Amino acid sequence: MAQTRHFRNVVMLWLIVTVPFEALMIFVLAPGMPPGNGSVQAAGQVTDNTVLFGLATPVTTAVLVFLGYCLYAFRERDHSSALEGPAIRGDAGVQFWWLLTTTTLVLFLAAYGSIRLLQDGSGGGQGPNPIAVPAMAKGDAPLQVQVVAQQWQFDYRYPKYGFETPDLMLPANTMVEFHVTSLDVIHSFWAYQLGVKADANPGVDNIAYVHTLGPLTINVRCAELCGLWHGYMFDTGHVVPQAEFATWAQQQQTLLAPGSKRLPKYSRTYFPSPVRRSG
Amino acid sequence: MGVATATAIVCAAIGLYIGLYLANVPGSAAAVTSSQGTSLYLATVPAAALSDPHNTWVSYYAVNSSGGDWRHDTTYVLPAHTLVHVTIFQYDSPSGIRNQFLSQAQGTTGGTFQVNGAAPEQAIASANTSHIFAVPQLGLSVPLQGVSGTAKNACANAPCSPTANAVEKVTFTFRTPGKGLYRWQCFVPCAAGYIDGFGGPMQTVGYMDGFLKVV
Repeated sequence: MAQTRHFRNVVMLWLIVTVPFEALMIFVLAPGMPPGNGSVQAAGQVTDNTVLFGLATPVTTAVLVFLGYCLYAFRERDHSSALEGPAIRGDAGVQFWWLLTTTTLVLFLAAYGSIRLLQDGSGGGQGPNPIAVPAMAKGDAPLQVQVVAQQWQFDYRYPKYGFETPDLMLPANTMVEFHVTSLDVIHSFWAYQLGVKADANPGVDNIAYVHTLGPLTINVRCAELCGLWHGYMFDTGHVVPQAEFATWAQQQQTLLAPGSKRLPKYSRTYFPSPVRRSG
Repeated sequence: MGVATATAIVCAAIGLYIGLYLANVPGSAAAVTSSQGTSLYLATVPAAALSDPHNTWVSYYAVNSSGGDWRHDTTYVLPAHTLVHVTIFQYDSPSGIRNQFLSQAQGTTGGTFQVNGAAPEQAIASANTSHIFAVPQLGLSVPLQGVSGTAKNACANAPCSPTANAVEKVTFTFRTPGKGLYRWQCFVPCAAGYIDGFGGPMQTVGYMDGFLKVV
């Protein structure tokens, strides 16, 4: 009889605590979660974070409420006694529901995460043969941008326009196909506001998709410890209106012509010489 | 007693390590301001001075306008929002560059540079490039032409002489930004004897890397 009362109390307390916290998490905190809504993929990551927080909140409050209730309800009231309390016993019913609930949650999240990744890759690098190609990338040809990492700078090669530049500029509302590679050691291309993160490995073409939205400033960082100046391997990119991007690309073609004609033929990966001074 | 002795030894070792580290911070050199403007004079050599702890490492040096008064400094102090005329006495032979995009000068006035006072150039053949002076945060990058590999009077170790040794004198101008600390580096894999040519002097401040301290 007492057990039923305790169980009812815990459930009631859990509901009282969880409902406002759940609302706070889902409607107030989660929408402001990183990486923001700078691209379709970034917005998807915000949704994923919202789902994770939405599911984690009742579990967390259940643990905390149960702990707090036990500390209060089962405290030692008679301080004159030094006797041990009753022995802890298992409860098959509680164990069953706890295992069932947590197992269901974990399996659901595994399935949810897999489905979300398979939809469009969620902005992550998919290697040279991507299997999660966004539907929009299958229609019109996406804009290809090759990210060339080297100690310690990212350069961006636009094969459609034939130039390479240290400036990342992307048109708004466009499907972009990043081809991320490295000329030396392992780097990682992390375009935070776009929700894109892809390792840059020498000799590997790591493909990541992103569908840009409106004009945006992007913080780009290397996310793989890559040597002395790793902490300085960052730059700022921009998503601009399509007409502005077209003008910029035309200007870059002219400005960078002397260097462009010396570029090696466009390739998915490069094994650049020289190594004449190498050990 | 044993614990106290061990603690004292560890503390002394940590103090020695910190002291040696602070004593080895690369020095700084200021740009020269005259009626002709602000100028910075640098030199690159195939190997640092024989007295240097790493006297086989390739390195930058600060020098004076005639290529003398060698100082092993890689922090260069420049005034903010100012046109700075840079002269680099380049004594090293070509290595070539890994990313040929960097064979084109960027961020300089007019997008050009000059070699030995000849007509302004926008780019050089990547195979002729010995080093690069680049400040990625500023979008500044200038390829430095190497001296011929068969030059009879090539300089081996710093200090070198523009009158006695083969040299390529590279000049360019750029405008400094606002106050701040901006790192510079070489992009050529020029660290002989290291994997991919990017160890040793490329991974140690004071040789092929440093800072522009804009004040």
